[in-house]
Order: sequence, then structure tokens, then C-alpha cells
Amino acid sequence: MDHLSKLENHSIYILREAFNKFDRLAMLWSIGKDSTALLWLARKAFFGHVPFPLVHVDTSYKIPSMIEYRDRLCREWKLQLVVGKNEEVLREGRTYPQGRATRVECCGTLKKDALKAVLDKHRYTGVIVGVRRDEEPTRAKERYFSPRDQNMEWNVADQPPELWDQFKTDFEKGAHIRIHPLLHWTELNVWEYIERENIPVIPLYFANEKGERYRSLGCYPCTFPIKSNARTVREIVEELRHTRIPERAGRAQDKESEDAFEKLRRDGYM
Amino acid sequence: MSATEHLKLVIFCHVDHGKSTFVGRLFHDTGSLPEGKLEQLQQIAERRGVPFEWANLMDALQSERDQNITIDTAQIWFRTPKRQYVIIDAPGHIEFLKNMVTGAANAEAALLVIDAHEGVQENSRRHGYLLNLLGIRQIAVLVNKMDLAGYSQERFNAIEAEYRAWLRSVGVAPKVFIPIAAKHGDNIASRSANMPWWKGATVLETLDDFKVCEPPEGQPLRFVVQDVYRFDQRRILAGRVESGTIRVGDKLVFCPSNKTSAVKTIERWSAPTTDSAGPGESIGITLTEQIFVERGAIAAHEDTPPYELTKLKARVFWLGRQPFAKGRPYKLKLATQEVEVSIESFDRILDASTLDVIARSETEAFVGRHEVAELTLRTKRLLAFDAVTEIVPTGRFVIVDGYDVAGGGIIVPDNYPRRTADSQHKSRDIYWNVGKVTARQRALRNGHAGCVVWLTGLSGSGKSTISTELERELFNLGKHAYVLDGDNIRHGLNADLGFSPKDRKENIRRIGEVAKLFADAGVICITAFISPYRADRDFVRRLLPAGQFIEVYVNAPIEVCEQRDPKGLYAKARANVLKEFTGISSPYEPPLEPEIELRTDQLTVAESVARILDHLHLRDAESDVSI
Repeated sequence: MDHLSKLENHSIYILREAFNKFDRLAMLWSIGKDSTALLWLARKAFFGHVPFPLVHVDTSYKIPSMIEYRDRLCREWKLQLVVGKNEEVLREGRTYPQGRATRVECCGTLKKDALKAVLDKHRYTGVIVGVRRDEEPTRAKERYFSPRDQNMEWNVADQPPELWDQFKTDFEKGAHIRIHPLLHWTELNVWEYIERENIPVIPLYFANEKGERYRSLGCYPCTFPIKSNARTVREIVEELRHTRIPERAGRAQDKESEDAFEKLRRDGYM
Repeated sequence: MSATEHLKLVIFCHVDHGKSTFVGRLFHDTGSLPEGKLEQLQQIAERRGVPFEWANLMDALQSERDQNITIDTAQIWFRTPKRQYVIIDAPGHIEFLKNMVTGAANAEAALLVIDAHEGVQENSRRHGYLLNLLGIRQIAVLVNKMDLAGYSQERFNAIEAEYRAWLRSVGVAPKVFIPIAAKHGDNIASRSANMPWWKGATVLETLDDFKVCEPPEGQPLRFVVQDVYRFDQRRILAGRVESGTIRVGDKLVFCPSNKTSAVKTIERWSAPTTDSAGPGESIGITLTEQIFVERGAIAAHEDTPPYELTKLKARVFWLGRQPFAKGRPYKLKLATQEVEVSIESFDRILDASTLDVIARSETEAFVGRHEVAELTLRTKRLLAFDAVTEIVPTGRFVIVDGYDVAGGGIIVPDNYPRRTADSQHKSRDIYWNVGKVTARQRALRNGHAGCVVWLTGLSGSGKSTISTELERELFNLGKHAYVLDGDNIRHGLNADLGFSPKDRKENIRRIGEVAKLFADAGVICITAFISPYRADRDFVRRLLPAGQFIEVYVNAPIEVCEQRDPKGLYAKARANVLKEFTGISSPYEPPLEPEIELRTDQLTVAESVARILDHLHLRDAESDVSI
């Protein structure tokens, strides 16, 4: 079996385990390439269906074409969408850069708190998230089935053992499990898979006339394009085979302090 | 260009034996560092006023940098011109064994790093034992910090000899030992000028020689059912082929329910349609006949089913905070099966680092944290499984204690009986599917328990006569009794057997198994066979619960037997017409401690039968459920 098929088959196995084990299951969809590839894998796992709702945490700072793309796929793929938004913080303007919040504080309220509110409201006990180990060092510590306590906190120093595809599926009331079916993929693998499967991705990933493209998508105040001439999936694959620039180089919130990202994640960020 | 191949690599190291330094160096030397990363870490070190350490590269977490130990399994990628590697970072600190196991469970190759200066430590030994348990076969040992050992060949050789011998004792055979000095890059990407005596491979050459593991071919089919979906008016069994090949039209048996049906279609979405699927493929199937199948079932071809038993022998490593204790229920997860399990008995509990047997009294029967044990487990329901030596994915399991996965184990080979008759797998022990009617309920209805009255003695000693008389007496008393007669059995069940020692042994084994079934059905089963070998009779005794095997030595001197010679066999044997005749040309081993001895040269048939009846009634007084 070729490498991409190995990755694909393993992810399908994990998705099916999650679907079997959690009555209240949802998948986070950030509209980015990873969670869209994950969405595709879910359709593979469930024979063309997506038998759980997709949660999109909308900060209202998303690049507008992301929302258009989201709504189009929802229609075409018959997806059930749940949107989470921290209206209070947005109303009060406690955001970056207009408000007084730092980047990390803004991520904390608009993403993390909004997510927690959605999970609480719908009582989801299992949340499928498209993070990968190769994205950045904190995510490298993740498990496929990763428990979060009542306060969504992640105890990175004391995680359950995980071996032979036997996952933690028993947990205390109030806790929830993050399920990470893409954990073993790399950024390059995701693009290779998008190419193989012909998965529609948002055009922001492709280079524009100015020779810039987004490599990682987020909110426009904190996400910057990279220099690139890759205009097709094929060209992105070629570019990534040779680059030494990290994927999240264009994500400003990671760089506010040495451990900014780890702190965000411990507190429940995706 | 096809998608990039990965080799999953785990690195084991005792604390401070220099793993992080090694990995940092490996990254640098293979040009795998992200742009600016080295400079960034050098700047951070400068800002903090500490010297730059290669180790900082791996220890990306704040808490790790503070404690100077790696606290969890991380994965990082690097590449050589040949392929890409994923390093699963397994921490060396003993407290974090579960992270190490997590990391290592999916690795395809392992590097063990030990310090040339300090030599083999407790953890180095534990790692070796776990490698074997986790099934990692491609291993290289890096003897690090050779610079601190004066690049000494003698020191290197001494460590290699010591560690290799120890690893051999736990069944681990490293491919190579390499002397390195990670800090300076000796023998990592290029050969060390400091160790001209080293003629072997560098670390990178060794890595590129490892193979990406592919599931073995040609194994029996195991299709593990994860779920049953009803999409688009179709009932699809979703699952993964763990071994072998599944094809449209295959007749499948679903274990342990033992329902059968045939594969109608193999289902995939947005993928080419094929009529077969192999190991590792997550697929769906539809069946020709709708049978009730649920998550947990393992589908196999009918001629190669898994074992389906409630008892298995395993090696377990324990990671739980609470010990793994006898007398408590746990949950066992194997493939998608989940069953209640408890410890039946311990063979050995070992300290994984020294392999010393840990002695514990019966009252404190448990496996402690970070201990390994060889033990027998008893499941509450039938479990479908394989020995790990036969099929890996269905030969290993985890144990859940409360909410937590607290241990893992592999199922070791044993003389497990197969569901189907298969002469390749002769059973020495019987494991029961416990039905809904218990032996006690049968005994209460029958008014007596089942048992085996085993008559043994020379030909002509009176076994057959006594057995048929005993059967009639019991029948008249209203008891359920049945005689298994030697000649009758050889006409049917054992028609394929002769009189060689091997065939005699098999003859008795089959009779013993049949007698046990009769006894379990609540019948007083009387057997009348010469059964000349003590070992064979003892074997049958062990098949039965204590007290239910009544050995009756029907004893008459051979002269008397020869005189009786009811079938004219002694005459034939004396004339050498009959080969291997017990007592003449083949030995008879008399019982050492039979329940009953009948001197039939001194007792009448009626007296002999009365003695046996006495014995059966004697048991009456001792147990509440009785004959």
C-alpha cells in the first residue's frame, strides 16, 4: 500500500472509532486545507455522508472568501453547520488590533471561548479536530484521542497511553475528547492527498499576481501570505518538497512569546 | 514522484545519556532544520545567558526546558536523500514509561542510546524488554559520549558485549552497535576521525538500511468490524482488514458469534471499485444474507478462524497508578472487542529492568506499575483472538482500569483448541464456553453430578464385564450412565488409529475428551480401555474437575488374564501374530494411586461393581450435589 493510502486508511479507522464511541460528536471545520481534507476523509469513512455536524468558530475576522467557500461546500455536500461566535467580546470590541487585546488574548476569547460556548451549548463530548503533529512542537505531543477536562484544559504532562489503535474512550463526566485523525499527516501529505483526490480548496492558498499565497489560514489581522509562485496544487506540492520555512511562519499569534502557542493549547485552543 | 515514504523511528535513552543532543545533531547534519530555527534557539540561549545546547531543539516545551527532561511523546520529521523519517521521541525518565510505550507502539525501528561513560543502566534494560514486547525488530544501539570515554575501542567493546548479552536474554537482537559522540557528530552523518578503528556503518547509513514495515502477506483473513451503517438503504459493515485478503464471494464466519454469510460487495467511497481488499484497508462490506453482526466481530474464512476462548496466556506490561490485581474485573480491548477480564493465575511477575522474578504471596497477587507479568487471563465472554506470533493485530490488547488504559499485552502461543477439528492443534487443556445451564443445575435435575469412571487394566482383567454390569446397576438406580467401550470407539471415532505408542496416546486423548463432554453433560461416563500409559491417564484426570475422575485399577495377574483370554488375543500375541500387545510385547504401567483397585482374581463381578458403587456413594456424603 502506498504512503498516502496508509495515512488515509488509518484516518478513516480513527473517524469510525470516534463515530461509534461518541453520541454527541462534532467536527471542527476551519475552512482551511487540513480540516477540508479531513472532511473529505469523513465522507470516505461514511460512504459519502458526514453523519455529524461541523462546527465553524467564526471570529468575524475571517477572510471573506473563506465564508463564501464554506457556505458553498455546505450546500453542495449537504453539510450540517453550527457556527460559534463570541458575540459579547465582539460587541465590546475587546479584540486585536482595534481593541485593547493582545493577539493571544484575542485568540483566547474569539476562538477558544467561542468554541467552549458551542461545545457546552450542544453538549458535544467528542470533537474531531484536524491538527497535525508536524505543525508545531506542542501539537506534536498530541494523542489521537486527547482528553480535555471540564474547563477544556489539556494536561500535557499526564496523557493517556495510546497503543495499537486502542484509544481512550472512557472518561469522566464533564470532560470531552478531542479526536485528531490527521495527527500523523504532514503538510506535504495533505497537499499530496488534495492533489490525488482532487479536493476543492479555497483559492487563497494559490499565489496571486503579486507572487504571494497563504500557507496557513486564519484571521486577517494575524495571518500573512508568504512569497510564492505556486498557482496550482501540483506547484504547492513541489514547493513544499523543498522549503525549509515552517508552515505557521505567517501566523503572528504564535510569536508573541516563546511559549504562546503552548499556553493557548493548554487552555483549550485547537 | 510518488508520495513521500516515512520510516517511523523511536529513540530510547536513559536520562542524560544524550538523546536530545543526538537528535539535534542528526537534524543539523541532514539539513533538516527549519530555516532560522538554529539561530532562534541560539539567540534564546544567549538571551538567557546559557550555553546553546543541541538538546533545546527537541525540548520545545517550556516545561521541558525548565526540567531538562522530555516529558511526552513528540514526533518530528527529518529526511535523508533516501526518504523521510519520523522520530517518535520516547522520553527516558521512568515516570513517563506510558509515553514511551505510546511512542514506541507504532515505530518500525528503534535506536537505543546508551552512555559510554555510564554504561548499561536500569532503563536501558527495561527498554530492551519492552522492545520485544512491543514487537519492534529493527534495532541499532548507539553508544554515545565516546568523547568522554577517550574514544576507547575497549570501552565500546565492553559495553557492546554486556548489553548484547542482556538483550539476547530477552529475545532482542540489535542489528548493529555504533560508537558515537553526538555532541561532535562522530559517526552520525560521516565517519569519525576520532575513531579510526570503527569500520562499521554510520548512523545515517544504518537508518537508510532499515525497512518500512509492510503487513505480512498470505496470512489468514481477519476483518475487524467497527460499526454497522445503514446508508442509502444498504447495510454496510464498516471495518478494517487486519490481515489476509477479503474478496467478493468469500464465505465468512463472524467470530465469536459464529454466524456465516458471504461477501456481496466491497464498499469504498470515491475510490476505484475492486473485488478485494488487503491488510490495512479500511473498507465496508455488504453481505449476501442479512445476519446479525455487530461491532467487535472478527470475520475470517471458515477454514482459518481465530481462537474463540475465555482463557488466554499473555505477557502484560502495567502502566496504571493502581496495580493490576487478581480478583478484580477489568476491561480488555482487543481489536474492536471489549470484554470483562480478570486474572486467572500468574506464571511470573518480573521487574522489567533486571528480569528478576518478583515474589509475592497469594494475598498480594498483583502486577505493580512498570512491572511486566506472564499470566493467564479469563474473560467473561468468548473472545476471538490469535497468538501474536501468528497474527499481530489480533494478538495484542489493552487493559482498561476505570477510565484509563492502564496496561497492554500480547497473547503468547499455547495449545489453544480451535473451533474446528484440526489435527494441527491438539488440545491439552479445555476452555469452555460457559452456557446458560450450569453443571450444578444439571446435577440438581439429574440427582447426581457427572463424572468419569475410568477402568484400566490388562486385556482380560475384566474391564468390559465390570463396565457393562456397572452401567446396568446405575441405570436401575435411576442414574444417567453410559459406557465408552474400547472396541466400539475404535470402530468409529478412532477408526484411523493403530496401536503404536503415538496412536495409543491419541486414542486415549480422544476418549478422554469425549468422556469429559459426557461428564459435563451430567452423565456418569464409564470407560473400559487398557489405557496402559500412566501419563495418558493423568492427562485425562487433569481434564476434569477434582473428584470427577475416578480411576479404577482392574487388577488381575497376567497369568489369570491369559487363562481367561476371552477374545483369544493372548494366544495370537504369543504366536507373534499380534504386535504390540499390552503385557506381552508392550508395557502396562499400573496406576500409582487409583481411587479404587479391584483384584478381579479374588472378587466376583458383583463385588467389584459394589465397590465402585460404594465409592460413588461415598462422595455422596461429602458434597451436597451428589450421586
